[in-house]
Amino acid sequence: MPSQTRDAAIVGIHEYPLRRIEELSSLQIKAECAIRALQDAGLAWKDVDAVYECGEGGGVLSGIPSTPEYFGVEVGVTDTTMVGGSSFEFQAAHAKRAIAAGKARVALLTYGSTLRRDGARLGAGGRSFAGDVAHPVSNLEEFWGLTLAGDYAMVAQRHMHDFGTTSDQLAEISVATRLHATRNPQAVRAMTDLAFQGTGEITVEDVVTSRMIADPLHLLDCCMISDGGGAAVIAAAEVARDCRQPPVWLLGGGEAVKSPENGGDITVTAAARSGPSAFGEAGVRPDEIDLCLLYDSFTITVLTVLEDLGLCRKGEGGSFVQGGRLRFDSPEKPALNTDGGGLSSNHPGMRGLFLLIEATRQLRGQSTSQVEGARLAVASGLGGRLGSRHSAGTIVLAKD
Amino acid sequence: MADVRRPLPRLDEPDTQPFWEATKQHELRYQVCDDCSSVVFFPRRHCPHCMGFRLSWRTSAGEGTVYTFTIIRQTGHPAFRPLVPYVVAWIDLDEGFRMVSNVVGVDAEQVRIGQRVRVTWEDQEGGIALPVFTPA
Repeated sequence: MPSQTRDAAIVGIHEYPLRRIEELSSLQIKAECAIRALQDAGLAWKDVDAVYECGEGGGVLSGIPSTPEYFGVEVGVTDTTMVGGSSFEFQAAHAKRAIAAGKARVALLTYGSTLRRDGARLGAGGRSFAGDVAHPVSNLEEFWGLTLAGDYAMVAQRHMHDFGTTSDQLAEISVATRLHATRNPQAVRAMTDLAFQGTGEITVEDVVTSRMIADPLHLLDCCMISDGGGAAVIAAAEVARDCRQPPVWLLGGGEAVKSPENGGDITVTAAARSGPSAFGEAGVRPDEIDLCLLYDSFTITVLTVLEDLGLCRKGEGGSFVQGGRLRFDSPEKPALNTDGGGLSSNHPGMRGLFLLIEATRQLRGQSTSQVEGARLAVASGLGGRLGSRHSAGTIVLAKD
Repeated sequence: MADVRRPLPRLDEPDTQPFWEATKQHELRYQVCDDCSSVVFFPRRHCPHCMGFRLSWRTSAGEGTVYTFTIIRQTGHPAFRPLVPYVVAWIDLDEGFRMVSNVVGVDAEQVRIGQRVRVTWEDQEGGIALPVFTPA
């Protein structure tokens, strides 16, 4: 087992409090979140020497990241890794490496999105983001009316076929995250502002009787579509020691991309590779993890990633999540998405940053659904489409 | 009024152009690598297995099995909205390649994983045809 290195830590976080944002641009959201996260850490623009971003705020010159100029920082390291929902786990892994190599001391990750306001339909709705340039894959796959939800649904259908997984079991994931959402005032405000039919707790029955979107996924198996934003500051150990908040260490990171293969197994995600890479670097076993922040675009995403990270065996995710195991107050580990997740708190398109933010709250002892004695967390983002091509980024985090 | 016609393949994409040209004759084509005999799909100029550039086109018998599927009940795409509920599936062709398509000519609720299907063609403007599948 490699020796555990504590060379980089999350020292500042901020989640934009609203999910309906009528006035601000994506860039303005990013800048406000950056300032609040730096203030949370007790740092300033002048301390930042590395900026990570997906480019969602737009740019002035193609290829030149616009945020350093907009924020007012002069940086050495920039990284525009954009792999959808797991971008921020990839970026956090890159920041850890840059810091460990002595190339950066304070890294800033930001996100701002007006997905809802822009009228995009993700979870329960329609298409994803295909570009205008012809690609052989899109020139074969765009003609069948496959929705984003449908792509994920085909994984669920096969998982049910191969392992006997049920809709009731998938629903347990929605039930646990909704419980957590009801305890998080920002999530309650989100569900209210987005006109959810109810903002209280839900049951398995509620999920499986909600309207079918793409068989076997029901409405309540699908994430919300919101606006939102956030920021995280990752600093070197010598900086972290002087910050206002206790450091939350990034022990290990892993990255992987998966695409369809002739004869391949659609139920196995890229997390089957990003997970072992992250746990290996961290020197941590999956069964030691106290809580999981997993990308809940859909319930099936959580189920397959739980398995592929090794929190349970492949095919046993359905029985693993039964009986309220994922609740913050369950006697059995791990808790799941204690902020309410994408299902019930915040999904502006790429919620990977919120996984890192809630992991940090938990390991500082600041969550609205605090897991007692939480020491180790795993955050695993998943971008793209689960049943075809997607990215997985996994970060193992530890309390000081 | 937005254009609500179903999206159609482009013939200016070089990897897939021979595939779509062949659909004009209702032929479902795939590639085999001359060097390592791997089945290659989606089509490419190179072999993703052995790095070779010698690939031959073959015509599939068009028979296969439903690997997995979904019934689309809601879509944001105006061209597909009138078609709900409809079935999208990954089909394992007997020659060893997997493609996404629709399963038609059957009640959506009756489609099953493992079901045997065969290709049928939906002719489009300009001579191209879309390969969809129906129970064998």
